[in-house]
Amino acid sequence: MIDTLRLTAEDAAALLEDGEVAAAELHGAYLEAIRARDEELHAYLTTVDAPEGEGVPIAFKDVISTRGIETTAGSKILAGYRPVFDATVAKRCKQAGLPLLGKTNMDEFAMGSSTENSAYGPTRNPWDPERVPGGSSGGSAAAVAGGLAPWALGSDTGGSVKQPASLCGIVGLRPTYGTVSRYGIVAFASSLDQVGPLTKTVRDCARLYRIIAGRDAYDSTTVELREPVEIPAAEDLRGLRIGVPRELNEVEGIEAGVTDAVRRAIDLCGGLGAEVATCELPRSVEYGLACYYLVAPSEASSNLARYDGVRYGLRAEGNGAIREMYERTRDEGFGDEPKRRIMLGTYALSAGYYEAFYGQAQKVRTVIAREHAALFERFDVLVSPTSPTVAFRLGEKTENPLAMYLSDVLTIPSNMAGLPGLSIPCGLSDGLPVGFQLIGPQFSENTLFRAGHALERALEFDFVPPRLAAKDRA
Amino acid sequence: MAITRDEVLHVARLARLALTDAEIERLQGELSAILDAVGKVAELDLSDVPPTSHPLDVVNVLGEDEPRPSLPVGDALANAPSREGGFFRVPAA
Repeated sequence: MIDTLRLTAEDAAALLEDGEVAAAELHGAYLEAIRARDEELHAYLTTVDAPEGEGVPIAFKDVISTRGIETTAGSKILAGYRPVFDATVAKRCKQAGLPLLGKTNMDEFAMGSSTENSAYGPTRNPWDPERVPGGSSGGSAAAVAGGLAPWALGSDTGGSVKQPASLCGIVGLRPTYGTVSRYGIVAFASSLDQVGPLTKTVRDCARLYRIIAGRDAYDSTTVELREPVEIPAAEDLRGLRIGVPRELNEVEGIEAGVTDAVRRAIDLCGGLGAEVATCELPRSVEYGLACYYLVAPSEASSNLARYDGVRYGLRAEGNGAIREMYERTRDEGFGDEPKRRIMLGTYALSAGYYEAFYGQAQKVRTVIAREHAALFERFDVLVSPTSPTVAFRLGEKTENPLAMYLSDVLTIPSNMAGLPGLSIPCGLSDGLPVGFQLIGPQFSENTLFRAGHALERALEFDFVPPRLAAKDRA
Repeated sequence: MAITRDEVLHVARLARLALTDAEIERLQGELSAILDAVGKVAELDLSDVPPTSHPLDVVNVLGEDEPRPSLPVGDALANAPSREGGFFRVPAA
């Protein structure tokens, strides 16, 4: 009997290697778990019955193009769309022999922090189905935390891998910008979008990053890794210089239970041999969110211009001329959040406002990058909570876009600077997982994996949601 | 920063969105609130700071100009809402 709630991808690979389990059997165990639990969680939009590959199965966020398999990006405007090619990350997973379990739910076009913006209904948190899994990669996070996939891929623009990993009690990596191909990823904000792994352990995260990372001739913004990905093994943090940016740890809105859990993890870092000191990131935190909500919607308004009812996706029926068809298709096909961001971005880029908004935001981005770069002269890693709160209730923030946007206040600054960030679970607050964010300089994934792994060992966090473990035994 | 109904309509036209009256009204309020919040970037004097458009220091990635197979026409048209022969079919322009 395969316990999909507990099995890590590494364990699964060992079972396959030793011939204790056949690939089809393993895949079947996950499909069985999906049948049993996904009616409640709604982590998947599509499942694959006849997978190819002899390796550890995987789930993809529905923003990743999969040849012949419906890819909607959580939007009605792409309902029924079957890509005629694979995204590079999908191709690399295929080449590594990873069979696809299915495509996971997400906020429409990756715009959101709760997965409630999906046109196909929300995903629920495996720790408490009355709560959100975070977003926008909420389906992938819930699938891994709920034992419906051993590992999964998501995408992260402002925090869409790190924040759902945090809210679901699992590990998530937002890689250095440019290390993972965006070819075949439904575009949101191209200067920020990165695909990243969601896994149960840091070692699984490193294994999956090793499969997907590296230069791709189909994406000219990609670069070669500076060093091969190492699977972390060390259990101490000797020699590591850890900075604790005051603003990232004290900004208004961080729940007391989150602060407590993160504080304990920071203390543990000292015990494991790291040198820990406080530092400052004043302008990055104060202006990061505003900068992001100008840059990302501006890029989105341009990227989403392609949905015009001509080449693929929805076309509104009617007898009007082409312009009317465009406008009606887009009004019918996009949900509220994409419309909001298209409007905001179009406004910020329009004549008379461009310099004051988009131009100024690009300069703030430079300020943020410089502030981080200065800290990395003194520190190897910066740490903070990943999300100011634990998983919130469905509907709690849907009526107030600005309150929802604040979910990413701690993940956005380093994203603006193109830096990698790892979120690992560090404890519970009111019975819900708290995420610990580790940020490094560009191309420092190996350092983040090493630190994350040592800390994960010392924290001994149990990633199985108790209510599901209890149900399984019953 | 309050934006007017006319501004909402102007931006919707630029963005090719046929918004309903209810959407126009809601967006007028929401966009005003969001623009207030993001307008914060104007507080900083950054006249001597260069803009960042891309987080990595990568410029002009050049490749050989070699013909390679591209998407077959049938594949390119496979998801079209309407097509005719080798073309996308659209309403009159």
